[in-house]
Amino acid sequence: MRMLRPMAALVWKDLLLELRSRDIVVSALVFGFLVVVVFNFALKVSPERVAELAPGILWVAFAFAGTLAMSRAFVREREQGGLEGLLLAPVSRDAIFLGKALVSFLFMLVIEAALLPVFAILLNFTSFTLTLAGAILLATLGFATVGTLFSAIAVQTRSREVMLPVLFFPIILPVLIGAVEVTGAAVGSGPETGVVTRWLPLLAVFDAVFLVICPWIFSIIVEE
Amino acid sequence: MAQTGPVGNTNNSIEVTGLHKGFGDLPVLWDLDLELGWGEFLALFGANGSGKTTLLRALAGQARPDSGSIRIAGFDTRRRPAAARRQVGVVAHSAFLYEDLTCRENLTFYGRLYSVENLKGRIEEVLELVGLNRRADRRVRSLSHGMQKRLAIARAILHQPSLLLLDEPESGLDRDSVASLAELLREWTASGRSVVMTTHNVDLGLAWSSRVAVMSNGRLDFDGAGDYLGVGS
Repeated sequence: MRMLRPMAALVWKDLLLELRSRDIVVSALVFGFLVVVVFNFALKVSPERVAELAPGILWVAFAFAGTLAMSRAFVREREQGGLEGLLLAPVSRDAIFLGKALVSFLFMLVIEAALLPVFAILLNFTSFTLTLAGAILLATLGFATVGTLFSAIAVQTRSREVMLPVLFFPIILPVLIGAVEVTGAAVGSGPETGVVTRWLPLLAVFDAVFLVICPWIFSIIVEE
Repeated sequence: MAQTGPVGNTNNSIEVTGLHKGFGDLPVLWDLDLELGWGEFLALFGANGSGKTTLLRALAGQARPDSGSIRIAGFDTRRRPAAARRQVGVVAHSAFLYEDLTCRENLTFYGRLYSVENLKGRIEEVLELVGLNRRADRRVRSLSHGMQKRLAIARAILHQPSLLLLDEPESGLDRDSVASLAELLREWTASGRSVVMTTHNVDLGLAWSSRVAVMSNGRLDFDGAGDYLGVGS
């Protein structure tokens, strides 16, 4: 409970700032939209190949758009001295990290919710199931948690735009593979039962591990 | 004269013992001892690079000591960092404000982080104190540098800390604002709370403080009443 109050304050502040500037969600959304459009034309996705190609295209779009959003997660704090202000407050570093990760998670869900209809229209994709929703939620949670950590690391380097994807993608790869596998099974391009029962719990385990390790690493890297 | 402190029954707001802090091979603070009683106002002088800002950062919990101990209002900054940070308000070179939020929104955010009780009322109070109540709903980016500094002071005192750490607080303030800040700090120390301020303005430092220290090469070369320097106010 002690962590909820500062986390809620951080979410309120970041949502307010995003509503004013719209520099994270809108730019990531445009980028994700372009990725879907380019893949649609480059791969000439016919109705017969939708189930085969859609999972990959969907997660490449989500991952690229998400990375763009993550790259901004700590930039505002850094530029305006807010991170030091946050670290001066009598709240745990865990609460600061989890608050920022929650904001990234919410931003990514908004981006994904806006991209899905575009994706559905362009690729004639109609296989929306609860399994797909579960895969999106679990993978996005892992993506946002790790992305927030690496955003905090990358923002302290000079070439942060390059550093973030270079550091981030190798770590998040198992989550992306799991998400693509479950999505493939959900849309009928693979054997559903085995894949889903194997990968969905694995995604949940990844999330649990990331939610424990990432706040701990964050508290180490922000000490000076 | 030291007064009863506003926190617990500890005699000092600051107790620093054998503090060492370096960056790489370069020592910045060297075997530094410091005690500050409740209600005392310490002005820290020293050349650039003498360690003033690093000392303030260590007191605020922003710089981890290599060795030695720091207690703020009796709370060890290593063992009880959050409790120690709760006692400190900081005005640094950076205002720690979000430019796209209004003055009131910035204070609301920090007030929630510090769990300030009766937050709305307290925000009105501090905005009145720094003379920004009529600009409460203006975004920070539209304020002048001096006004942003005043808002940073409001942010620092919002949670009623027992120790204020000020890093050259007069920079960017006009004469009236400096006079208001002097009055605010006089009332602050009169209520038994303490202040540590770095400044290059010797006249102002001597006039405002009850005690003066001069830092050189990471150590306190002089620590006593301003009168001993022979240039008292």
